[in-house]
Amino acid sequence: MVRIVLALGLFLGLWAAAGGYGIGLPLTDEQLASYEALPIVRPSGAGLPEGEGDPATGFEIYAFDCAGCHGPNGEGAPFDRLVADAPFSLDLPPHRFAVGNYWPYATTLWDYINRAMPFASPHNMDPDEVYALVAYLLAENGIIDADTVVNAETLARIRMPARPLYRVDPLTRQLFPWIELP
Amino acid sequence: MNRRSFLQGLAAALAAGSLQLVRAQQGFKPFPPAPTLGTPLQPIGVRAASEAHVVRYISNTLPSRHTGAAFAPIGELDGIITPNGLHFERDHAGVPTIDPKDYRLVLHGLVERPLMFTLDDLMRLPSENQVYFIECAGNGQNGYREPPEPTLTATRSRGLVSGAEWTGVPLRILLEEAGVKPEGRWLLAEGADAAAWVRSIPTEKGLRDVLVAYKQNGEALRPEQGYPVRLVVPGWEGSIQVKWLRRILVAGEPAMSRGETSEYTDVRADGRIDAFTWVMEPQSIITRPSGGQRIEPGFHQIRGLAWSGFGMVARVEVSTDGGASWREARLTGPVLPYALTRFVFDWNWGGEETVLMSRMVDDQGNVQPTRAEFLERWARNNRYHYNAIQAWRVGADGRVQNGDPALAVGAAPPVQAGGCGGEVFDG
Repeated sequence: MVRIVLALGLFLGLWAAAGGYGIGLPLTDEQLASYEALPIVRPSGAGLPEGEGDPATGFEIYAFDCAGCHGPNGEGAPFDRLVADAPFSLDLPPHRFAVGNYWPYATTLWDYINRAMPFASPHNMDPDEVYALVAYLLAENGIIDADTVVNAETLARIRMPARPLYRVDPLTRQLFPWIELP
Repeated sequence: MNRRSFLQGLAAALAAGSLQLVRAQQGFKPFPPAPTLGTPLQPIGVRAASEAHVVRYISNTLPSRHTGAAFAPIGELDGIITPNGLHFERDHAGVPTIDPKDYRLVLHGLVERPLMFTLDDLMRLPSENQVYFIECAGNGQNGYREPPEPTLTATRSRGLVSGAEWTGVPLRILLEEAGVKPEGRWLLAEGADAAAWVRSIPTEKGLRDVLVAYKQNGEALRPEQGYPVRLVVPGWEGSIQVKWLRRILVAGEPAMSRGETSEYTDVRADGRIDAFTWVMEPQSIITRPSGGQRIEPGFHQIRGLAWSGFGMVARVEVSTDGGASWREARLTGPVLPYALTRFVFDWNWGGEETVLMSRMVDDQGNVQPTRAEFLERWARNNRYHYNAIQAWRVGADGRVQNGDPALAVGAAPPVQAGGCGGEVFDG
């Protein structure tokens, strides 16, 4: 008993010294698992789970879950156009911005579909389904071939057509000179 | 003076005098006290029933009201604090219903001690109160339309901004509790809405002045403002001020989430696309008189709002002659950094057609641009950060309309506003 009290006292003492207020519950990796299950994916591929998918499989899912909002082949209406019908230019109206002409990272597609799509029943797909949808959209946009399989390793390596157009806002660059785009 | 002109003058004076008399008789209406007891004490106050028309504006062309925006009715408000129910709203997947007993905020990633905070934990920690504006990056989007939209109102021009006093725990305290590792230069903040909205914030900014807010003008946040907890990131675009905050992942690189790539990035006139356009540039708008209103000749106090994401409002100037001359307006009420500021300007309107404008300068010397200056820097197909001077044309009949100048013939072809889901605020 004394040992437990001493250990607890030591723990609280260390805790207070470390944090300051000793408020907030320390978490274990196991407890964080449910958060990792909805990963925040980064351009390096960090956060991407295991799995893979190809465009043909993706089209089957797309036709069922996505076409109602984004058009039979990603042409948009009533919601955003996903498949570009022209390269980016200053004359391109915003409703024609799409994956193939405006999105700078392929990893964003996986992240956003996984966390926010379909609109009314999001974050319910398994990783393979998300990879397949990403593969379908990349293929429709002419970024990969129709038979290319997409997985964590290949997704991070895909160079998007719009990426060279992007830069860090010059003002932000002044305020935070260390910031670079991935 | 001859006899004839004297008589004419006398007749005119009499006519004017009798007109005033007639007007006085017509306008006279006694206002007696209530004949009996009024409404008894109520546990919560509600607006006067006759004020029910003062509501947020929602475009009727949105494909879904679960994404899109509701504009604060700035054309009908005064002061620098927006009433909580009228604060502008922008959602990406509707407003979640969150039981405060279930609420948890997790801080993990590149930290010494991953931590989970309850709402009570956050409220126990040291708090700060700050008056800040929050402005959607899409505010002013209607200004990109060409030719300018004649029926524009102040609300539809710049109503995606609001001001409030926010109470919360400085994010710095939470970051220090968790102990951010040196390589943890980015905070990836995630909301608990259906879109699990994610934005990346430099840890440097998080340590400087970001609030983890749980109160708005003294009461709990409204659900549409992030109940129970949101980030307030002073001076920066609204979409980075993550609502319904559920976790912060400390990372070595930004997420480049959808909200910082396909949306909320800005096209420059040279064709480059800028990412991380965070700071909201200097803005001002005359809210009274403004589009859709009607005025009579005589005295008017021109009123408006000014603000800047760079800091404090230094000066607002008003022109009542279409920009030919400018005079300094008076700032009334608190002038605070990253807060809405109210300006007023006394004006006698003689009844002739004219154009009213305001422009502001902030304490860092940034000047609000004209429409032409603005469109020299930003592409015509850009969607965000429109902060050009708004002009209001007062017609001879007293009707006020959008007075923005159309671009010269031969300028880039008009960009069609709207057309796609989440990015159309006002179709």
